[in-house]
Amino acid sequence: MEPFTRLTAVAAAMDLPNIDTDRVIPARFLRKPREAGFGPLLFHDVRFDADGAPKPDFVLNHPGYRDAKILVTAENFGCGSSREMAVWALMDYGIRVVIGPSFGDIFFENCFKNGALAVVLPADVAAGLRRALAERPGATLTVDLEAQTVTGPAGEAFRFEIDAFRKHGLLTGQDEVEMTLAQLPAIEAFEARRRDEMPWLG
Amino acid sequence: MSRTMFEKIWSRHVVAEGPGGQALLYVDRHLLHEGSTHALARLERKGRPVRRPEACLATADHYVSTEPGAVVPTEPGAGEIANPEIRAMVADLDRHTRRLGITFFGRGEPRQGIVHVIGPEQGATQPGITLMCGDSHTATHGAFGALACGIGSTEVEHVLATQCLWQRRPEVMRITVTGTRPFGVMAKDVILAIIARIGAGGGVGHAIEYAGPVIRAMSMDERMTVCNMSIEAGGRAGMVAPDETTFAYLEGRPLAPRGDMWPRALAFWKTVPSDADAVYDHEITLDAAELAPTVTWGTSPQDALPITGRVPDPSAVGDPARRASMERALAYMALTPGAPLAGTVVSRVFIGSCTNSRLEDLRAAAAVAKGRRAAVPAWVVPGSGQIKRAAEAEGLDRVFTDAGFEWREPGCSMCVGMNGDTAASGERVASTSNRNFEGRQGQGARTHLMSPAMAAAAAITGRLTDVRTLGR
Repeated sequence: MEPFTRLTAVAAAMDLPNIDTDRVIPARFLRKPREAGFGPLLFHDVRFDADGAPKPDFVLNHPGYRDAKILVTAENFGCGSSREMAVWALMDYGIRVVIGPSFGDIFFENCFKNGALAVVLPADVAAGLRRALAERPGATLTVDLEAQTVTGPAGEAFRFEIDAFRKHGLLTGQDEVEMTLAQLPAIEAFEARRRDEMPWLG
Repeated sequence: MSRTMFEKIWSRHVVAEGPGGQALLYVDRHLLHEGSTHALARLERKGRPVRRPEACLATADHYVSTEPGAVVPTEPGAGEIANPEIRAMVADLDRHTRRLGITFFGRGEPRQGIVHVIGPEQGATQPGITLMCGDSHTATHGAFGALACGIGSTEVEHVLATQCLWQRRPEVMRITVTGTRPFGVMAKDVILAIIARIGAGGGVGHAIEYAGPVIRAMSMDERMTVCNMSIEAGGRAGMVAPDETTFAYLEGRPLAPRGDMWPRALAFWKTVPSDADAVYDHEITLDAAELAPTVTWGTSPQDALPITGRVPDPSAVGDPARRASMERALAYMALTPGAPLAGTVVSRVFIGSCTNSRLEDLRAAAAVAKGRRAAVPAWVVPGSGQIKRAAEAEGLDRVFTDAGFEWREPGCSMCVGMNGDTAASGERVASTSNRNFEGRQGQGARTHLMSPAMAAAAAITGRLTDVRTLGR
């Protein structure tokens, strides 16, 4: 997993609440192998018309936002299906950070497992950032994971909370399975205890 | 100290504490389906073993054909989906599970079915356990008093390799449903009303415990319908305390405890429910007397109203974000503000999915279909081979086929359309599934969620219909 530390990049805003992962990547694409690349499939059915032409009203098709690497969203972004391809599609497109007031729990977790940063900011702060980005297409945000800050287009910095586990994982790009297997004695001890207490579970 | 059911299960499964409030949780049962093959392939590439293959159970559901006759091929290749990518998803799961010694219910296996149907059916789902699956509707299994969570593909890989999962402890919300259910109100109506009440994000970061006399009076099939849709309110898990209904369901199931293990398990299971004075982070109460058969009108499961209601008017909504969201949903759904929901013409009907494909669901739909005739194409897709055979033994298949419904093979089918079972653009579907998202049942398809009885009523009239008006 590629570590994440700090990013200054163009940001795009999406105002609709409850954008589900079916909209981020439709189900018919989930059978593609990881290597196929999911970037062109990101938001496919709202991004392209039936002939495959970009829809002009979709934010990432606007020339000012085409190179966005940060997305600022509304409530409950990434709700619904557990499909991790939603994060793969964002990453493959080039989006490394998603900012919003709340996220679907599974999507939120999937971000961190893939080296993407999901930042929770208060609803009014996220709304303010979305307004600022809509007014100035191509405006940039700076996201600093070490300092836990998002800096807006006008230079104002907002602090965000992130638990130490997820922060360390992103900063170092660690392999979580390796880290867990270092706990093998604890896992084996748990299994021995479970065999005594709940032998019917095998 | 008094504890909730969630706290009891959580604390019993903590293997190690990590930084940032994360805990390494032990996973008792891991369910797999074709979507899990991405994780299995990564594991194979890295040369990592599966820690406990015997704790896994795999089935083919998302990508199998549900064409009538598909699962009992009469000749080689019959019943297989032509699309090579779809076929490969099932074939890959077959190969990986063979390689790893994981029990797999594939094509033609009589126990094959939807992953959230077969886990309980086989007795793999039990009170007090942790159960993970790379599918967001895993909360279904919480109906047994288990902590069951949907996880992503990387987490599936982690569970396969370590039998554990790093988790941040969610808060606990109790939703109490008081009173008794009026005539015509099914479990699906209860959960749709709950989601409409707390919103699609109302349960984010929470494990939800469903409680109260209405939940207690529910069968296991009904409790599974309720827990199944917890994710549609954002819930990390949905749970119901185990009781005699739970124990009676489990007794004698193939993977349930047997012999002298049964009384030991039973004694433990009785300790699983929340203590009487346990404290919850959030409490919600609903009165069942106020519930009616419910349908969705928009593109989020929270967009639900009684069938007696009218399409809401965005211009009457103050919050601009909510207004914009409603306007977009109504444009997609091609509905007019103020129009009565009942009478809306539908193109087709889908009865199935991990929400509503169990025997009681099929009985409820058949009771409406019996002696009548479907006005639009209507599919019935049983949740498993076992349910299909049980329904056929009761003659439900004949009730459906005599009424012009199509009786199909088990699978996820048109709930998600991954196998190619999709509705056409512009078609309006009365569906017992769980998501009415844009494009969920096919690009441009319009979904109205409802109970199996309501879906059968829509099939008969060709319109959204209050099932209570059809009489007996």
